[in-house]
Amino acid sequence: MKKLLMATALGAVAATGAQAASHGGDVKIGIIFGFTGPIESLTPQMANSAELAMTEINDSGKFMDGMMLTPVRADSTCIDSAAATAAAERLVTSDGVKAIVGADCSGVTGAVLANVAVPNGIVMISPSATSPALSSAEDNGLFFRTAPSDARQGQVLANILADKGIKEVAVTYTNNDYGKGLSDSFISSFEAAGGTVTLNAPHEDGKADYSAEIGALAAAGGDVLVVLGYADQGGKGIIRAAYDTGAFDRFMMGDGMFADSLVNDLGYALEDSFGAVPWSEGEGTKAFNEIAEAAGVNGDSSFTRESYDATALIAMAMQAAGTTDSNLFKDKVMDVANAPGEKILPGELGRALEILADGGDVDYVGATGVELIGPGEAAGTYREYTIENGDYKTVQFR
Amino acid sequence: MEFLNAAVVLANFVLIPATAYGAQLALGALGVTLIYGILRFSNFAHGDTMAFGTMVTILVTWWLQSLGIGLGPLPTALLALPVGIAATAAMLLVTDRVVFRFYRKQKAVPVTLVIVSIGVMFILNGLVRFIIGPDDQRFADGARFIVNVRDFEAWSGLQEGLAIRTTQGITLVTAVITVALLFWFLNHTRTGKSMRAFSDNEDLALLSGINPERVVTITWIIVAALATIAGVLYGLDKSFKPFTYFQLLLPIFAAAIVGGLGNPLGAIAGGFVIAYSEVAVTYAFKKVLGYLLPDRLEPDGLVQLLSTDYKFAVSFAILVIVLLFRPTGLFRGKSV
Repeated sequence: MKKLLMATALGAVAATGAQAASHGGDVKIGIIFGFTGPIESLTPQMANSAELAMTEINDSGKFMDGMMLTPVRADSTCIDSAAATAAAERLVTSDGVKAIVGADCSGVTGAVLANVAVPNGIVMISPSATSPALSSAEDNGLFFRTAPSDARQGQVLANILADKGIKEVAVTYTNNDYGKGLSDSFISSFEAAGGTVTLNAPHEDGKADYSAEIGALAAAGGDVLVVLGYADQGGKGIIRAAYDTGAFDRFMMGDGMFADSLVNDLGYALEDSFGAVPWSEGEGTKAFNEIAEAAGVNGDSSFTRESYDATALIAMAMQAAGTTDSNLFKDKVMDVANAPGEKILPGELGRALEILADGGDVDYVGATGVELIGPGEAAGTYREYTIENGDYKTVQFR
Repeated sequence: MEFLNAAVVLANFVLIPATAYGAQLALGALGVTLIYGILRFSNFAHGDTMAFGTMVTILVTWWLQSLGIGLGPLPTALLALPVGIAATAAMLLVTDRVVFRFYRKQKAVPVTLVIVSIGVMFILNGLVRFIIGPDDQRFADGARFIVNVRDFEAWSGLQEGLAIRTTQGITLVTAVITVALLFWFLNHTRTGKSMRAFSDNEDLALLSGINPERVVTITWIIVAALATIAGVLYGLDKSFKPFTYFQLLLPIFAAAIVGGLGNPLGAIAGGFVIAYSEVAVTYAFKKVLGYLLPDRLEPDGLVQLLSTDYKFAVSFAILVIVLLFRPTGLFRGKSV
């Protein structure tokens, strides 16, 4: 089996080399997002942002001595692993893409990675897959993400509690991969720091009656109720019922609970509650918003910045390695993303390519302040907030 | 004092929420059971009928609110309720004329009608989402609490608080009035008696000169009232979302079947059985026992019979057990 894999990989390498030579100035990059499915409202903006980075690079004319990046879109469906695998397979074998921006949702990302990217030796950078499970996935160093893992969020949440001196909490999470993964990572960090979780109870979305969950959580007790759900789903019902029955006065919320609609509806219950949400700000974000606006792309939508950064990283790593061969430029991704080197903001990709071509080093800041850690995932900046007078107030960035 | 604390905890987290939820389920199950008793099929469109009635009520409520008309401490939705009932009744009668009457004339078997009702369910489902959207809607206004937790603690000096939401109070009062009116109607008026006769034996009822179309029309109107009231109470107490109402279908049918399909008393009992079993069986009795038992016996664990993950399993387990031992339900309804 191993030999077969080796042979396939070698074959793929040979094929890529041959194709690069024959196509000359054209490097195809696959963009695989769920253009249909649960996050279909987010993906067009994400793809536009990824293509914005390619346009910027092409306009500079500095990429690999004048080669051009061409996007090829494919549908991951967000939930159907088989469909996503087929789409990715098509990208690699039939379109001949050299790298993949995507996939989007954690489940399909894992499937594409295991079934397509690793066997074919293709670099994949996901802008939005946050499942902690992907950190330990078998990837041969081919997989990166510009979104932070929820394992990191669990740590951030545990740190916030530690700083506040809160030792005992009850946890409720939305009963799906996201909620389960986040609650597991939060609980392990929190307990490692000496905290106690009195009860860890899942809740189903789309039910309006949460009396049973609240009853159990209230009996278990705790200083704070940690709600790891969705603001427009069960998480909201849980908070309303918990406050109304006096079970809990204070809540800590995960990133899915960050929404203006929540404080508008339940501001009275959330006074002095707190939470964390991935956030990016600073000059990189500002620079991205400017170029996105100039290009007519909605840069405020979720994961657009991460998509731009993922694409830029692929191009810069290729430039640094001087090749479009995934197995060679995969080692350069961490180099261009992290210090040392010249700081690069969105809109300066041309300059970055020039520095790299001259043998220099760059430290890509990008739209989200990219810093890749561990197995190649964003460290991620989280905004710690409290709710005062029915409004979000930033405490600090973590 | 210890005993009072235990009683208050139990009331706050089990008795009050389960009673309100049970009343809402009971009203929903009454509608299902009436259709089953008189029209002889399980109406799967019932959850969406509730959503439709609630939607109309919400729209009228918003209009009244924009005019500045309200009921003081009571929710404005109560004022809009009659309009919602009328609109739902009209909708159901049109559906009956267009869809169900055709199959009734054909003397279609009940299973055909069930499938037809699923079709109606999908159409209503889409209609409601088309008009008001798939999102959460809040329309409760007026005073939120009859008894507030924090005030109760200050007033009673107990360690535990008790909360009774206005909507929970309204739910109970409205449910009692509605059920009383329904039973009075079924047992003491000519029309009500003719409906029961029609339900007991269709052929005999026809022979004694009862007009079947009239019975059917009145049944739909009553069902519209029950569905709209149940939906509005549920929406006031929790929140309105079309998808949630669609999912309500399961506990409502469980309630109707446990009680005995076709038996109004059974529907009410079934509603409370389902609601209490969902809340009580998964309740963690740690606090209650902590107050009641002497200190050295105080439990360390949660004393929770089943994790809350299983709350739906509980109601369906009860359903299966009841059907095994009393196939016609607790109150001798028609067999399913």
